[in-house]
Amino acid sequence: MAVLPIKFTKTKRDRLAQVLWVLNWISVVTGIILFILGIFLKVEINKRQDLMAERQLQSVPNMLIAVGLIACMINFLGGKICYDCVDTNKFLRWKLVMLPYIICTFFFTLSVLVGALMCYSMHGQLEEALTVGLRDAMRYYKDTDTPGRCFLKRTVDLLQIQFQCCGNKGYRDWFQIQWVSNRYLDMSQREVVDRLRSNVEGKYLMDGVPFSCCNVNSPRPCIQYQITNNSAHFNYDYQTEELNLWMRGCHQALLDYYTNIMHSIGLTVLIIWLFELSVLTGVRYLQTSLENVLRQGDPECESDGWLLENSFVETARSNFNIIKHLGKFNQISSNGDPNIDKPSTAHYGPDNVPLKPLPTAS
Amino acid sequence: MAVLKVTFTKTNRDKLAQVLWVLNWVSVVTGVTLFSLGLFLKVEIVKRRELMSKEIVSVPNMLICVGLTACAINFLGGKICYDCVDTTKFLRWKLLMLPYIICTFFFTFCILVGALMCYSMRNDLEESLFLGLRDAMRYYKDTDMPGRCYIKRTMDMLQMQFQCCGNGGYRDWFHIQWISNRYLDMTDSEVVERLRSNVEGKYLIDGVPFSCCGLHSLRPCIQHQITNNSAHYNYDYRKEELNLNRRGCRQALLEHYTQIMQSIGLIVLIIWLFEVSVLTGVRYLQTAMENVLRLGDPDSESDGWLLENSIADTARYNFNIIKNLGKCYQVDDDPNIDVPSSSLQAQENVPVKQIPVAR
Repeated sequence: MAVLPIKFTKTKRDRLAQVLWVLNWISVVTGIILFILGIFLKVEINKRQDLMAERQLQSVPNMLIAVGLIACMINFLGGKICYDCVDTNKFLRWKLVMLPYIICTFFFTLSVLVGALMCYSMHGQLEEALTVGLRDAMRYYKDTDTPGRCFLKRTVDLLQIQFQCCGNKGYRDWFQIQWVSNRYLDMSQREVVDRLRSNVEGKYLMDGVPFSCCNVNSPRPCIQYQITNNSAHFNYDYQTEELNLWMRGCHQALLDYYTNIMHSIGLTVLIIWLFELSVLTGVRYLQTSLENVLRQGDPECESDGWLLENSFVETARSNFNIIKHLGKFNQISSNGDPNIDKPSTAHYGPDNVPLKPLPTAS
Repeated sequence: MAVLKVTFTKTNRDKLAQVLWVLNWVSVVTGVTLFSLGLFLKVEIVKRRELMSKEIVSVPNMLICVGLTACAINFLGGKICYDCVDTTKFLRWKLLMLPYIICTFFFTFCILVGALMCYSMRNDLEESLFLGLRDAMRYYKDTDMPGRCYIKRTMDMLQMQFQCCGNGGYRDWFHIQWISNRYLDMTDSEVVERLRSNVEGKYLIDGVPFSCCGLHSLRPCIQHQITNNSAHYNYDYRKEELNLNRRGCRQALLEHYTQIMQSIGLIVLIIWLFEVSVLTGVRYLQTAMENVLRLGDPDSESDGWLLENSIADTARYNFNIIKNLGKCYQVDDDPNIDVPSSSLQAQENVPVKQIPVAR
């Protein structure tokens, strides 16, 4: 028995075709939206490429871009098909294409769903990429004379100002990194030499942060050097002071930012997926009802439309058999071609006379 | 003779009316554009109100009013042109059309004034910014005073966003005490000396706030003891150009607003040209329709013009009307009044009898 059969009169079929034509054009627009979302995500990730380590982050925007373009094409074709379906004669043109088209669209909507789920799963990769990327960016902060790294200082400063964050997990990360280049350290000063010697790796570490960590909301001028030394500044306690520097880490800030974008994009793609699925269902009903009309012969009569002709199990079994036999092709099996002449192995009556070969026509 | 006369056939008139109907609706859209431009400018100015001594309200308000009036006038114009296709419907609007055209003429004049105001705003803005920034820098340290507690934040954000420092340059900060006394250790002899060495008792240093730091600098920012080369290794403040932002914030803001004003002014000029062309079309349509009514035959050809007589004649005629508006009801001109004749009657010298009044 058919899965979810519905009866369609002539007017209902026509209206279904017209509605589907409009919906297919709307789907072309949603395909363009998907494409734009993919490009937007790609641009956002590329903008901060310096701060992210190499991970497979490009797969999600590329997927969205590809899916968006394919959606445009598929729905454009679908629109043409549905436009022609109002007239039974024109439908004959598309009759053979429709079933492959519906199968392709079904797999395509699956990839839209996969795209939506990928958006939510990118979180883990992003977190790892940011941790490693930010750590390296802070390490190379001072290397403004090394080609390939000379813009990292500017990138990190801009990031900290824009996202109102400091360091990787917090401002203390800067205490463990030498962010002042040796070019600007006076090696003749005893204090500098002492500090370099006291560190195992010979790094110049201090309890200071770059100017971009300064909080604009602070009521006092920014304290960026000798942060943990209360006596170096008047009326200052670093343990209670919260407005002096940005307290949030840039890792968390960037992660929140990208997670917001991903969630919004994922939600939009899910909604588009539901829409595509409903359009696909409508096209399937239209196809089956028009084929039944052709089978019955009278263009004006009622016809049934369904999702599947038989139940799920039977359809799955028949398709599986088709796929199995695709491989077997031209095999001469015993139950196959009735036109082939095979010697019979049956026992014949009491005579046991072997059959004479049939004379061939010359 | 008429000014720029054009002959219109019936189809020409109809097509003109239809085209003008569409153009009037396009003008409604341009009116909305004008309104949004005025609103945008107002928002941009209000955003940085704290940095201006005198808020410039005239230009955005003008644009907003002109935009709204444009919508109203062109909406009415659209209705009129829609009815002008039919001669009978035109009769409804006949008396209204000339006042409408005169109003629209003065209105397009206002648009032109609005466009020119955009370009002339610069001087007022410069002075307002100079005074506003000077005061903002002065109150930078007063983060504990209500009404001024956000000036530090505004100033820091401004300097970071526009990559500028101070009013005319970073040296402006050397003449201002931007560190509050709350954070100065008065027991420190150095601090006390510095306060004493200044006439007004201000704590002045050759240092700038952190927001003046240049992003493109190759070395960590030097914001204190800027003019003291020996305080920093490998540093010459005269040669160092990337350490701090070199541009003054007054210049930066002025450029920002000038760009906005010039773009808006250009758009308003284009809208003005468009409105003038629509007005010309409506004038031609009005005169053509009136001539059709004069000729009596709705399908005939008729002339349309901008002015019936030459410009000099029209000006003189209108001037006379305005002159005589003042005189109102003078006895000299009414021919119905019986005036005793002062001419010499024959030789009889017979006084003229009074004309009997009918009962």
